[in-house]
Amino acid sequence: MRFSRVLFTGATVMVVVLSLLPFVWFADTSLKTEKEVTSIPPVLLPSGTLDFYRSSIEHYDLLHFIKNSLIVAGSTTFITIMLAILAGYALARLRMRYKGVVMGALLAVSMFPQISIAGPVWRILQHLGWLNSYQGLIAPYVTLTLPLGVWVLASFFRELPAELEDAARIDGCGHLQTLFRIIVPLAAPGVFTAAILVFIYAWNEFFFALLIMTRQSYQTLPVGIALFQGQYTMPWGEIAAASTIATVPLVLLVFLFQKRIVRGLSAGAIKG
Amino acid sequence: MKLSLIRRERLFASALTGPALFIVAVFAFYPILFSFYLSLHRIVLGLPSLGQPFVGFENYRELFQDRIALRSLTNTLIFVFSTISCELLFGLGIALIINRSFRARGLVRAAVLVPWAIPTVVSSQMWRFIYNDKYGLLNFLLFGAAESRYRAWLADPFFAFLGIIVADVWKASSFAALLILAGLQTIPDDLYEAARIDGASAWQQFRRITLPMVKPAILVALLFRTMDAFRVFDLVYVMTQGGPADSTNVLQFYGYKKIFAEGLMGYGSTISVLVFLITLTLAVFYIRLVGTRLFREQA
Repeated sequence: MRFSRVLFTGATVMVVVLSLLPFVWFADTSLKTEKEVTSIPPVLLPSGTLDFYRSSIEHYDLLHFIKNSLIVAGSTTFITIMLAILAGYALARLRMRYKGVVMGALLAVSMFPQISIAGPVWRILQHLGWLNSYQGLIAPYVTLTLPLGVWVLASFFRELPAELEDAARIDGCGHLQTLFRIIVPLAAPGVFTAAILVFIYAWNEFFFALLIMTRQSYQTLPVGIALFQGQYTMPWGEIAAASTIATVPLVLLVFLFQKRIVRGLSAGAIKG
Repeated sequence: MKLSLIRRERLFASALTGPALFIVAVFAFYPILFSFYLSLHRIVLGLPSLGQPFVGFENYRELFQDRIALRSLTNTLIFVFSTISCELLFGLGIALIINRSFRARGLVRAAVLVPWAIPTVVSSQMWRFIYNDKYGLLNFLLFGAAESRYRAWLADPFFAFLGIIVADVWKASSFAALLILAGLQTIPDDLYEAARIDGASAWQQFRRITLPMVKPAILVALLFRTMDAFRVFDLVYVMTQGGPADSTNVLQFYGYKKIFAEGLMGYGSTISVLVFLITLTLAVFYIRLVGTRLFREQA
């Protein structure tokens, strides 16, 4: 018994260390000086200077990338959640034809390889004059996050007691009123969960951002980080600084809302 | 009276799903068909004067003689197979750990989620830095300060490929773990209790109870991870650009290069169609597998 406990604790510690260590090392690098980054043996405790943060803001326009990412990910989250509330409600609680087909079609979209739609999406956006514009990136992001949003919200809506609509109708509530006055407030944790997942997706996405935002003034943080180039050497310190800034909000979300995220991810996949 | 009520409800439901379905139709389903249409034409983005002549299956004939395309296909298949086997294995292990109750379980679960939450571009740059030939952590861990023995991992075809696999497994195992965890949580405790009373060993309990009961969850994880592994792009773009000598080239990266870097919209679209058909076939196959399992359990 005692042996198995030691084994279990050891395995747990190892999983935690392996999960965190690579990123901790990168965040550590962002606090070093130019000299410390390249030193052998590596410096474990950095001098804690913020030089690389300053430099990535001054020389690499980091704040601009952050602003673009916030606009794109924020708008995507808002639009996807609004549309997913409507669709998820209908699929979870209303009588409707072809429900299975609609759910299946949405699930299929979540599995589409991006390359299969990239060319045509690019041409549609070009036709609309939406290349290098926020709406040009928001449109495909909404498309690709809708399945996740609808599945998660539908699974939360389904769990509310069935009598809610009847009670609301007796009190004279219309359909839309019932949805926004009663169902959405009661399923607020679900709405919040879906919003976190959609935001993380849109904040992290790289492929479409790379295709659609070819002008630097519109590029998002992942594109910026991927394309950081120094004049002679790789600017590792600046890359690490920008990466840390891109990741810390997500790490905070994960530590604050771990339960919700776990539930949301498995709700989308298993229960449906 | 009652009929019209139902009809009104159905109408309202259609109105609610309408906007979502419209967007998905325009930006996902129509593009799939459009990719097929494009793949039957010769379209060069930089030369609009050529027009868009219809060439039938000419592009496809070219595709099957394109060495780099075939290389990308085998690379993608090897990548998919090796990453998902590792991810399911580690995922199962992690799920078994975080399913047990102990103090600080919430913190451990959050820590496991960190690789999943990190932007792929960030984790790509992070691993690229770890693999760095002059001051990377990997070289130091293996060779200490003996700098003459340091290797340029990403310049070696085999290690570059392995490096990308490691980076992907690190990032995606936690997602597999979460899906499997959801399956573990559905196993009732009394099953284990009954087994213990009958004198079953821990291994027997795992083989006879845990494994069969989480099988559906593992299959779902397999489905999602497979589809995702076929989309591998960020790691290749940031870490190797498909090199050295196309040893890490994968379909999505090759398609991207053909369509957007070389402007071969027609030819590149054959890759789009090929990737779609492969993943569609696999998805249908998996869903059948999951479907029959779930069905059998209910029966």
